[in-house]
Amino acid sequence: MTLTALPYLLALALMIIGLYVVVAKKNIIKIILGVAILDYAVNLFLLLLGYRDGGTAPIASPQQAASSDTLATFAAGSVDPVPQALVLTSIVIGLGCLALMVSLAIRLHEKFGTFDMTRIRELKG
Amino acid sequence: MGMVMLLLLALLAFMIIGSLIAAESEDLLSAVVCVGAVGSGLAIIDLLLGAPDLAITQVVVEVLCVAILIRVVLTRRDETHETHKDTFAIATVLLVLGVLLVLGGWAMTTLHPFGQPLLASDAPGVAAQYLAGGVAEVGAVNYVMSVLLDYRAYDTLGEATVIFVSVIGSYAILRRTGRSHRAARSQEGES
Repeated sequence: MTLTALPYLLALALMIIGLYVVVAKKNIIKIILGVAILDYAVNLFLLLLGYRDGGTAPIASPQQAASSDTLATFAAGSVDPVPQALVLTSIVIGLGCLALMVSLAIRLHEKFGTFDMTRIRELKG
Repeated sequence: MGMVMLLLLALLAFMIIGSLIAAESEDLLSAVVCVGAVGSGLAIIDLLLGAPDLAITQVVVEVLCVAILIRVVLTRRDETHETHKDTFAIATVLLVLGVLLVLGGWAMTTLHPFGQPLLASDAPGVAAQYLAGGVAEVGAVNYVMSVLLDYRAYDTLGEATVIFVSVIGSYAILRRTGRSHRAARSQEGES
């Protein structure tokens, strides 16, 4: 019971580490890295949910796609394609968000000369 | 316990150790490199769990992420990256995260066990239909792509919109001179 849930638990631990970095660190770059770790952990968890024991990738070979019988045996041994398709979307969106956060951090560093959140908050203008 | 499970646990441990080092490292550059290692571990896990499309995307995205972050960190040295000094606040954060870990862990044990997805259960949901009719309906043998580009094409359109907006946003934030500045300068040049 515990062993079958162990990969989920480790993915959750990774997510908690990311959340800790986002909340507790005061360097903006560190916070961005925390968001990236959080992103990885959530993608990993969704992928783990779709795995089947001994499953193959959801790509049929031409021989398997030839008839409906071989296709049915393929479908009975394939991992879940839906989480994979949605995680593929999420990975690329993660890159876009990271680029946006990094450009904001660059501008903040240009204006205040520091990545420290607490000092940026104290400064005016 | 199968080979896949052992490798998966080893890679997950690698990812957790890497992210802990990234969290506590004094040097920003080594933290960035550690996050790169975590992402590469995720790409290998993708391969292990039968998701080659995801592995390819993850590697490309990882290289871009690390390149962007190293570009930022290398030219801008900054000495302040320790945790907040307030021990009470940190203790509260750790307590809340610990409670989250316990409750989340309890929730994870109530999920269907690892290796037996919803797809293999009595109520297989939409994925079984995609797997059964994908080749006949879409004509693509790669089911991930048939979900991405046909069954869930509107999601992909939304994704493209999000990426477009983030690129426009980054450009707007990073451009050297704003539109109003440029207009003012051209007026000065004329007068």
